[in-house]
Amino acid sequence: MKNHENHVSSDSLNWTVLVILLILTAITILAIKIHLGAFTVALALILASIKVTIVLTYFMHLKFENLLLRLMVGGVFLLFAVVIVITFIDYYFR
Amino acid sequence: MSTNEHSEFIDSDTGKLGMWLFLFTELFLFGGLFIVYSVMRSKYADDFHHAALELNAFVGATNTVVLLVSSMTVAMSLTAIQQKRGGKAMGLLFITLLLAGVFMVNKYFEWGHKFGLHLYPGSDVMKSLPHGEIMFFGLYYMMTGLHALHVIIGGILLTIVILKIKSGKINSEHYLLQENGALYWHLVDLIWIFLFPLLYLIT
Repeated sequence: MKNHENHVSSDSLNWTVLVILLILTAITILAIKIHLGAFTVALALILASIKVTIVLTYFMHLKFENLLLRLMVGGVFLLFAVVIVITFIDYYFR
Repeated sequence: MSTNEHSEFIDSDTGKLGMWLFLFTELFLFGGLFIVYSVMRSKYADDFHHAALELNAFVGATNTVVLLVSSMTVAMSLTAIQQKRGGKAMGLLFITLLLAGVFMVNKYFEWGHKFGLHLYPGSDVMKSLPHGEIMFFGLYYMMTGLHALHVIIGGILLTIVILKIKSGKINSEHYLLQENGALYWHLVDLIWIFLFPLLYLIT
């Protein structure tokens, strides 16, 4: 079976994605350096989540995959988020 | 190739699905460690603050850039093989391997520096630290060590891909192994994207 249905990402798209990821990394470093108090951790995690989503979507070609695979990946990240939330609810209310 | 009946059964969608299922187990392996980290961090906030100051954010940032660039070269290499440019594909994978080497050399100096300060699990210096700091360094070694192991495995996998492109087993028609190798390499990058701010930046 050939991989004939696969999407081919252009080099320019890959470069664009890299530049965006590097800019987000710079923003993360700067944001943490200026100390935003309690929001620092939250901001770092939000920025990391955006970067991860970009890598999954473009570098890992999820944008061009079938719906089943995209739902599975989304479901796994959702499950992980739920596990973290439940862990912390347990921790703060015991 | 067409005479080989086995090749009829290699369905690239199924092969990729299998790889993703494996990646999910990897996410939960590191995910478990992330949960331990966040719980310990909320429990020993001050100790984690002091211990995190010991890490060199510059080395961490350098390795972040190295991994992001290597992720792009892997993605570009897949584009190249799809466009029947095997030479370019091999060249880009070779650059990826070099970047993996840079990452590991950085890691060697980073760990070496800490070993020089006797900050390693089980050392007398480490045992004299507050409990939270011991937890931080334990998690630091466990998470970056496990991640570095993945970098090494990814490097071996990509070396096999290069050899198969060279022998023509991976070509513009059949490149499932390269796709899956690339997915593995991107996973290594994904994990680092979370490790870097959590360990090196947040103090």
